[in-house]
Amino acid sequence: MKPVAFSYSRPATVDDARACLGRDNAIPVAGNQSLGPMLNLRLARPTELVDLATLGTLRRTEEAEGFVRFGAGVTHAEIEDGDVPDPTGHWLQQVAENIAHRAVRNRGTLGGSLCHADPAADWVTVMTALDAAGIVEGPSGQRRIAIEEFITGPYATTLAEAEVLVAVQVAKPGPDARWGYWKFTRQVGEFAKASAAVFVDPANGTRRCVVGALGRQPVVLPNPDAVLAGSLTPDDALAQALPGRPRSSLGLHGVALTRALAQIASGANNRGDEVAG
Amino acid sequence: MDAHIKSQPDSNAWGIGASPPRREDHRYLHGKGRFVADIKLHGMLEIAFLRSPLAHARITAINKPDSSIETVFVAADLVGINGIRADSALPGFRSSTQPILATAKVRHVGEPIAACLAPSRALAEDLAEQIHVSFEDLAAVHDLHKARDPAAPLVHEDWDENVFLESAVDLDFDAAIKGAASIVTRRYQTARQCMAPIEGRGLVAVWDRTLEVLTLHSATQMPHIVRTGLAGCLGLDHGQIRVIAPDVGGGFGYKGILLAEEVCAGFLAMRLDRPIRWIEDRREHLIGGANCREHFYEVTGYAGADGELLGVDCSAIVDAGAYSSYPFSACLESAQVASILPGPYKMRGYRCKTWSVATNKPPILPFRGVARTGVCFAIESMMDALARDLGITPEAIRLRNLVLAEEMPFTNITNKYFDSGDYPEALRRAVKAIGIDAIRQEQQDQRHTNPTGRTRIGVGLSIFCEQGAHGTSVYHGWGIPMVPGFEQATARLTPDGGLELRVGVHSHGQGLETTLAQIAYDRLGIAPNKVKLVHGDTAYTPYSTGTWGSRCAVMAGGAVAAACDALAERIRTIGGHLLQANDSDVTLRGGFARIGAAMVSVEEVARTWYLKPQLLPDTVDPRGLEATEGYKTTQDTGTFSYACHAVKVRVDLDLGHIELLDYVIVEDAGTMINPTIVDGQVLGGAVQGIGTALFEEMPFDNSGQPLASTLADYHLPVASDIPPIRILHMETPSPLSRFGQKGIGESGAIGPPAAIANAVNNALSGIAAEITHVPLTPERVLAAIAKAEAQTQTNIQTLGTGS
Repeated sequence: MKPVAFSYSRPATVDDARACLGRDNAIPVAGNQSLGPMLNLRLARPTELVDLATLGTLRRTEEAEGFVRFGAGVTHAEIEDGDVPDPTGHWLQQVAENIAHRAVRNRGTLGGSLCHADPAADWVTVMTALDAAGIVEGPSGQRRIAIEEFITGPYATTLAEAEVLVAVQVAKPGPDARWGYWKFTRQVGEFAKASAAVFVDPANGTRRCVVGALGRQPVVLPNPDAVLAGSLTPDDALAQALPGRPRSSLGLHGVALTRALAQIASGANNRGDEVAG
Repeated sequence: MDAHIKSQPDSNAWGIGASPPRREDHRYLHGKGRFVADIKLHGMLEIAFLRSPLAHARITAINKPDSSIETVFVAADLVGINGIRADSALPGFRSSTQPILATAKVRHVGEPIAACLAPSRALAEDLAEQIHVSFEDLAAVHDLHKARDPAAPLVHEDWDENVFLESAVDLDFDAAIKGAASIVTRRYQTARQCMAPIEGRGLVAVWDRTLEVLTLHSATQMPHIVRTGLAGCLGLDHGQIRVIAPDVGGGFGYKGILLAEEVCAGFLAMRLDRPIRWIEDRREHLIGGANCREHFYEVTGYAGADGELLGVDCSAIVDAGAYSSYPFSACLESAQVASILPGPYKMRGYRCKTWSVATNKPPILPFRGVARTGVCFAIESMMDALARDLGITPEAIRLRNLVLAEEMPFTNITNKYFDSGDYPEALRRAVKAIGIDAIRQEQQDQRHTNPTGRTRIGVGLSIFCEQGAHGTSVYHGWGIPMVPGFEQATARLTPDGGLELRVGVHSHGQGLETTLAQIAYDRLGIAPNKVKLVHGDTAYTPYSTGTWGSRCAVMAGGAVAAACDALAERIRTIGGHLLQANDSDVTLRGGFARIGAAMVSVEEVARTWYLKPQLLPDTVDPRGLEATEGYKTTQDTGTFSYACHAVKVRVDLDLGHIELLDYVIVEDAGTMINPTIVDGQVLGGAVQGIGTALFEEMPFDNSGQPLASTLADYHLPVASDIPPIRILHMETPSPLSRFGQKGIGESGAIGPPAAIANAVNNALSGIAAEITHVPLTPERVLAAIAKAEAQTQTNIQTLGTGS
């Protein structure tokens, strides 16, 4: 379990990084928590690794009145520890502290997780539910894309070869916003077998029910009002959204959604309480 | 951890029964251990093995890269060496030869085909990728049931069926079961697992052309057995091989096996006259190495109306994999199944058939507890099924059938000699400690207040005994290649009064450097910090089968005591000379030879013997202050430690998830030499047993591909999965061992699957679901629930239509 021989570069700017990534068989790396095992198993066989972890631009987090823009290189641990502002109060902190193990969180990055797009990864589901946006820098400058559209399938994104995800922008929810996130892992540190996130923000009429760990990009349920109102059961909503799948394969996901909805109903993650608290 | 009930504390801090901190922990906890991967020698080459990607295939061609004569080796290059054979003497055993590198065909994924040498492992792996092997794919035997199908392909084509060994025992069965009030039949299955010591296997082989000695540094728990096996495969004299086991990071049985990789590296070190290193990585460990545990049982229990066990009938299949591994062979597990299935119970009749089948999987190897974990799961789950059928409690049916304290020593139906103990008392203490009445009350309350609730609590028990340190007659009876004899130790005083102990067993985490020093302290009064344990080196230590079978505390402990007693005799003689007294009047106590008020220290005795012999008379015993003595138990049927596990669980009916809420172990290890070390052994074993119960599984697909090739897919128990485990001790001395101690090393790993499955089935009993296959994954739990719900639905419909 040793990687193939590769060269390593550590560009100083995003432009340099993009130049490196334009070279034949060069691939980006940030926290190396998913790529590392693939390298050791020789499933990834790059000629060159381009290290984005120390790029200043990717390490910067800005807070504005309505949002926080995280550098893509912010680590899970930095979010967990509150080293960067949390636009949601502490929902993101709670998500971060349950990602894998601390050793993974120390190195793994928000942007890396979204670009890797493992269907069972926390940020993939959570950022979709929060309707976060990715800031992508390419040859013609920056573009902004909803995470929901950024992730196009299992381990697949819209990122083109000469592009880098530089930041993730998360809007600050309104004072009455509510949140539910539930994932099923048998053991601490595992990827989820099923996950669901529910986000309700009366301030702008947002209602999102998102189900993850489906072996594809997260499913954004088309009829969240009915689900939230209880007129459509989570199981039925999932079956409608994924007609190609046997219902029996969606049981745990139905449970995940039920439990995320229960958090909303119980007001456990009421934004207003947190602001007040 | 909650406090255990300690035995009478020893008045000193070092002797038998005391719990001094482990002496070896200083180096382990400070990262100062020296493991095989820490050995680096000048000119050393690394091996990467090219391993079979297929489970069953003929090799039609192997094309090596150009100019690789001295770097890539295949079977044809290994001239003059023998494959590994481990034949059983039992009648009908079919023999296999495990090639060192695959020859005509491969029989499991991960089987080594070529050894590639380079200055680094990465470069060696590059080399392995340049070899092209042509295969003719064959259908694989991937399932233990299908292995015996007459249409199944043959793993070994010179056999007539895929069976290493078939056995049958019938002890008064037909007569015994007459008039049974309850008859239950169940099929139980344990998954194929992989042992997972933190350190994998590894070796450094060095040829000394001056001495003509091959030194193999190997992560092994049985250095002398490796030496014997290696000598046979390489065609060398024992005197030409030295095996050194440095610090070893866990073994659990895997490190008792002679590996093809060891033979290959030994050959290459001699052939190339270069040090050769191989460090197993976790992937090769998982796919091709440490396989264990895969059993199937069809068990029928017969009981009288009062719960008396009349008879047990069992057909068991052990998936032994492709080869009989050295030295435990492909039939140790099935032989154990037949002989230990009756567990701690009395019964009138017993019938058991076993098959040890060959499949296209890696050889099954003995893992802590060996067959007992599967056996305990089968018999203890069946006891609960009988109890449910009879409408009595799990504790009632057990108390009705356990061997009683007043019946000890007791010879059971399969002729096992239970040496001592109070099994019912262990059960009663466990039942009390887990609070079974309160749990049942809680269940009742739950039924009333929340009858449709989607979580259920349950409580489960398992009780078992563990034969340890069993010797010649038992293993000879099982017919395996390695038969343990008697154990020796050397005790030697150094000129400054220090003590060297030399033993042939090896510590791979058990704390032998501490416990054996405690025994020496008991005999000689020499403080443990002046005791040096020399072990893990065939050049320095007496021959021993090594560390396995829960035998070290009993056998090496007994040998150390015998050697120390012989040394004491000589110390008293020389002390007598110095005290000018008759040595028969001299006593040795607290590190001094004494007569009346006069005394001389052991240091002074040693100094005199080695450095000032002029002070001693001509008549002095010239054998000096070094003694090798042997030990055997008063009979070699083994010590029987025993334990009762009790566990409380919560089952989430929607997720199939099981949470362990409380766990109690009542354990009787006989006289405890070091109670803290006993606790450590029991705890570590219990965690592994929880792995067997809930998580660990190496699935194979229909083509024999292992589907869990990394630790992301092979799930080990982690700290957060483990509830507080409360250990309560009983301490019934064994009449067979030197200090009454019993083997305890494997015990913890035996009880959890049975206790946890029983607790889950108790939790699910309200919805009539039952689970019989470990690990108890969410998928299996949900399937059992779905099956029960479908059955209930059918019943309702049947009632509704009035048919």
